[in-house]
Amino acid sequence: MAKQKIMLGNEAIARGAYEAGVKVSAAYPGTPSTEISENIVQYEEIYAEWSPNEKVAAEVAVGASMSGARAMASMKHVGLNVASDPLYTASYIGANGGLVFVVADDPGLYSSQNEQDTRCVARAALVPVLEPSDSQEAKDFMKEAFAISEEYDTPVILRTTTRLAHSQGPVTLEERVVPEDKPYERNPAKNVMMPGMAKKRHIHVEQRMNRLEEEGAGFSINKAEYNDTSIGFITSGIPYQYVKEVCPEASVLKLGMVHPLPKKLIQEFASKVDQLYIFEELEPVIEEQVKSWGIACTGKELFTRQGEYSANLLRERVLGEKIEGEAYENLPARPPILCPGCPHRSTFSVLNRLKLHAAGDIGCYTLGAVAPLNVIDTTLCMGSSISSLHGMEMAKGKEYIKNWVAVIGDSTFMHTGVNSLMNMVYNQGTGTVIIMDNSTTGMTGHQDHAATGKTLKGQEVPAISIYHLCKAIGVKNVVEVDAFDITAMEKAIKEEVAKDEVSVIIACAPCALLKSQKFPNKCVADSDKCKKCGMCLKPGCPALTRNEDGTISIDDTMCNGCGLCRQLCKFDAIRLEER
Amino acid sequence: METKNIMIVGVGGQGTLLTSRILGGIIQAAGYDVKLSEVHGMAQRGGSVVTFVRYGDKVYEPIVEEGQADVLIAFERLEAMRYAHFLKKDGVLIVNDQRMDPMTVVTGAAEYPEDILGTLGKDHKVVSIDAMAEAKKLGNSRVFNTVIIGVAAKNMDFKEEEWLSVIEKTVPPKTVEINQKAFKAGFEA
Repeated sequence: MAKQKIMLGNEAIARGAYEAGVKVSAAYPGTPSTEISENIVQYEEIYAEWSPNEKVAAEVAVGASMSGARAMASMKHVGLNVASDPLYTASYIGANGGLVFVVADDPGLYSSQNEQDTRCVARAALVPVLEPSDSQEAKDFMKEAFAISEEYDTPVILRTTTRLAHSQGPVTLEERVVPEDKPYERNPAKNVMMPGMAKKRHIHVEQRMNRLEEEGAGFSINKAEYNDTSIGFITSGIPYQYVKEVCPEASVLKLGMVHPLPKKLIQEFASKVDQLYIFEELEPVIEEQVKSWGIACTGKELFTRQGEYSANLLRERVLGEKIEGEAYENLPARPPILCPGCPHRSTFSVLNRLKLHAAGDIGCYTLGAVAPLNVIDTTLCMGSSISSLHGMEMAKGKEYIKNWVAVIGDSTFMHTGVNSLMNMVYNQGTGTVIIMDNSTTGMTGHQDHAATGKTLKGQEVPAISIYHLCKAIGVKNVVEVDAFDITAMEKAIKEEVAKDEVSVIIACAPCALLKSQKFPNKCVADSDKCKKCGMCLKPGCPALTRNEDGTISIDDTMCNGCGLCRQLCKFDAIRLEER
Repeated sequence: METKNIMIVGVGGQGTLLTSRILGGIIQAAGYDVKLSEVHGMAQRGGSVVTFVRYGDKVYEPIVEEGQADVLIAFERLEAMRYAHFLKKDGVLIVNDQRMDPMTVVTGAAEYPEDILGTLGKDHKVVSIDAMAEAKKLGNSRVFNTVIIGVAAKNMDFKEEEWLSVIEKTVPPKTVEINQKAFKAGFEA
């Protein structure tokens, strides 16, 4: 019997890449795509890397494909925006060795800054999209994607969503089959996109998409399941599972390829069912096309563009059932928070005390926007803190930003923040940038990057020095400060913000969750000395709680002895003890 | 067999994902179709987290919805209350009797509800345990989640030996013995 294993969607995608004979995989971490690369690492046959950003990752994959090997890049939905420059033109160049971009959407915004639909980008870029609906298909569709890529001379997007990426289900394992590399031949008409060449390739792109639309009707991944024909659903991905759960008797057209749509198959299906529903999360991508062909159907009139779908949504909107179970009301929310011993909390507590505003960025430290830290005023996208602060200065003048800083993590700085810093120096800004260097990509679960000195494969390599990088860009004022030394941090921030020049403060201290971190100490509160002033509670460390008498307790299973509360206590009522 | 729905809820960082791995292991060993769905990313940083486990002859949907859970395993009292409406009418609510204040309570923006177990007990079949205290008795507070699994196991279909065997296969080799003890502490509680 074939070997079966329960796999996370992302693990299955990695397995699919392995079985498809992928040779090169590049990515930048981003929830919910990160575990793809983390699982590819186990396959020694695949070269896998963390690239500094998604644009670079996509270009690495394109290069590998041009050379004749099968290659892939993975990213989250907003990562595809960063990679959209290579994507749109890779569409013209097509593929030599199979080329697949795995892109993970996040309906429901579990860990993202927007809820965009990758299918819209793919339609604009004229790139086919496959969408699996469980772990088994995640693996199978990877292989399908590579076959389509080579057959139709196109990059292929495998679109997933958070629910697929982070659900587990049984997967049947097969052997790895490595197709022979395609021969590399110099072919500027295909691989050099200048106007003359691109004009001709655009013709190929149109023909290819037409062919896919026509022949897609026969793809086994697009399948019509005819049952009771009074109700029919056109659906794909995880929403297919909700349809099967709630309406097992209905007819279903399950699309494995969601762009381009197999028009003939859809027309045929629509003609055989009485009431046609389009059940797709996020944007009405299928619905609008189907309606444009003059087919009557119901979609966003009933189902929202917002968030994740569910079986209960179908029960309510299609079957008219009332959902049992009432939630208890007015419960305190439990939003995510910075961990105990997080160096960001320390830096933010200083910014909070100095009443400075911060232009923020993407990472754990975005949590500095909420109570009780309330430091971060803005967050747009990866690398944007530095450039948006620069924009404010150019609009309002240098005095206006004297109570502002930009805060950005080390990984985000290496991703695209460095470009913004170059701009600030080049265009004579005077902003102060705090690079919160915790030696890892924290939010996504601790991935290495070019400044950590280790690769995805675990190889030790020379780390790029953020200090020297800033110096090389031309920042005169670069200071390194221990993130947990709040006196030194306060002094550095006051001095640098006052200067009429660009300054970089590197707030150094490793992420508390890094496995290499050891915590020999813990903080202990002394209730006799405590004056109940609450200063230690201000930064919102979850290890600290106020007792009924107003004194403080510190949970010793959570505390790792960072000592921030101890520094804030004016009465010496918190001491450091060995564990 | 009708599909069984299990939910595990708690606070990010409490180790709910280990519990779902052990559950997944025992279900697969029994030969059922199974789907698990969990939360990664930002919510893992101290937020409210939920894991869904569904198993049976054929499982489609990967999540458990309101009014459908056969067993709800809550690692913290407030989280038990937050998700209690996911239970079926006759579903079992297993609560680790522990309070963790969310930041909204710490900052004074909200109050932690009084007598959660009492409220829940009026509406649901509740089994509570102070798993942290049990784990401390065993000398390792970290295995409190395995104590909770032990309590949950009493309300599920699998045999004790099967649980012990899957624990052995799932946890790091050095911690097998203490985890099996923790399981028994919950199972026999």
